[in-house]
Amino acid sequence: MARSVSRNRKIALTAAAWAVGLLIFFPVLWTILTSFKTEASAVASPPEFLSADWTMENYAEVWQRSDYPRFFWNSVIISIGSTLLGLAIAIPAAWSMAFVPGKRTKDLLMWMLSTKMMPAVGVLIPIYLLFQWLKLFDTRTGLILALMLMNLPIIIWMLYTYFKEIPGEILEAARMDGATLRNEIIYVLTPMAIPGIASTMLLNVILAWNEAFWTITLTTVNAAPLSAFIASFSAPQGLFYAKLSAASTMAIAPILILGWFSQKQLVRGLTFGAVK
Amino acid sequence: MGQITLKQVRKSFGDVHVIPGVDLDIKDGEFVVFVGPSGCGKSTLLRLIAGLEDTSSGVIAIDGADATHLPPAKRGLAMVFQSYALYPHMTVRKNIAFPLKMAGMPEAEQTKKIEAAAKVLNLTSYLDRRPGQLSGGQRQRVAIGRAIVREPAAFLFDEPLSNLDASLRVTMRQEITELHQTLKTTMIYVTHDQVEAMTMADKIVVLNAGRVEQVGSPMELYNAPDNLFVAGFIGSPRMNLIEGDEAANMGAKTIGIRPEHITIGEGAWSGTVVLAEHLGSDTFLKVDAGALGMMTLRATGDLRLNHGDRVQFGPQAGKIHRFDADGKAMK
Repeated sequence: MARSVSRNRKIALTAAAWAVGLLIFFPVLWTILTSFKTEASAVASPPEFLSADWTMENYAEVWQRSDYPRFFWNSVIISIGSTLLGLAIAIPAAWSMAFVPGKRTKDLLMWMLSTKMMPAVGVLIPIYLLFQWLKLFDTRTGLILALMLMNLPIIIWMLYTYFKEIPGEILEAARMDGATLRNEIIYVLTPMAIPGIASTMLLNVILAWNEAFWTITLTTVNAAPLSAFIASFSAPQGLFYAKLSAASTMAIAPILILGWFSQKQLVRGLTFGAVK
Repeated sequence: MGQITLKQVRKSFGDVHVIPGVDLDIKDGEFVVFVGPSGCGKSTLLRLIAGLEDTSSGVIAIDGADATHLPPAKRGLAMVFQSYALYPHMTVRKNIAFPLKMAGMPEAEQTKKIEAAAKVLNLTSYLDRRPGQLSGGQRQRVAIGRAIVREPAAFLFDEPLSNLDASLRVTMRQEITELHQTLKTTMIYVTHDQVEAMTMADKIVVLNAGRVEQVGSPMELYNAPDNLFVAGFIGSPRMNLIEGDEAANMGAKTIGIRPEHITIGEGAWSGTVVLAEHLGSDTFLKVDAGALGMMTLRATGDLRLNHGDRVQFGPQAGKIHRFDADGKAMK
């Protein structure tokens, strides 16, 4: 029998959910609103919410002052490149962990996850030196590699949970049917795991797009993505909140739109495996 | 050709010896059924033959050549799984075509083979559907179709009918038997259902705890079980096993008599009917026979005996099986 929820309780829960949602969304909303204000009204105290003088000037100025398309393309290439490279490595890795686990597979998975708990700044110097030595500093290739490695544990973990849901007998059937390991992964496993792979891909693109620490540290001009673009507006001339907000909005808009259209896929992906 | 020989095949998972050592000869074209209770190692043995599990020791030879360490695809065998294991993202046509595609067969030839298989299995009008849109029986046919097109040396069936309902199971059982008669290819079939074993097999291999208890034709196993395990496992309802004085009088530790080998209305034994199952064609009586224990009797369908009735009965001449203290049949 379904649990009956009283009307009042339902209203209270809905209100609470909206409140939490708005609280989370508020900084984004505030940034977007500020980006349309004049510098004066952006720093006004008490803060002006809707009574400000609206203007598009910030966007015009940000566009003129910097090379937005270059930053944008760097972001696109780095986030998609690191995701595709990550998938190419993670699919076979997750396959072996899910279908031919060894005694230490669980430990290996935990160890991989534990690297995500380490503060990035802890490896800043070795990575910085390594990048200089390998001539990867301020290159897209370098950032693709760095971000791929950064997110690889999460990609492998997500794919591992999807693959665990696929019945082993189907892969055995493919083996009996004469499929080599490569064909088994290409023709049977991957198509069956497409929903999982798609949401892993989306999440990873978002993570890579939003990454700021390494993208700012390891680039100067050539490979700088949108995170560096935002940072460049908080620099020497002092803080200009409205322009900074406009730059931020321009940086997050593409990924926000992507996230919005793919939210169904993302939610399914993140909760997949929780309930069978 | 599809001759399969197992020599001292063993399989262990860590310290657990699932198959302690099996020797078996399967002739070309034979329909062999591995039967036994769940956990007896019959599926493991099939998977060893298929190459899906590595053999711990021993030799598996297919058509005389050592195949012990060959990967599944190189053994020339086809397998039908309990869960059908169809590729859910492919149409029926693509499912059946998959092994041909993997073998690099030209498309025109593939189409010819798929259509021939579909015709044999009544799947022609479903070729463009996906497995999710098919019933259990149709899915099973697709799984068989995928096995047939490869023209394997032998077919391996792993409890293929256990997910189907009772009536469909009977139909599919007959279809597989007919298929064997048409193709005349070696088939190895795993089941826990002794009725399937009796009705389909040329040769039954009875397994218990990873050991082969007896190998023989269905009637050999029925008429001359080697031991108590086979006596109790083959035949439905089960053979009545009697210990004590009655057995000692016949010089045995245990004697066995099948329900259908008991004459009702006359004989030295008697008891009270505890349960009468009227199937129409037959009536099965469960009788409390005192010192003999609970006995099952098979009577004709028109026999009118019910709970609480007294009944006189006795074994038919020459139908008693005798077993010694080790459970071995005494000749």
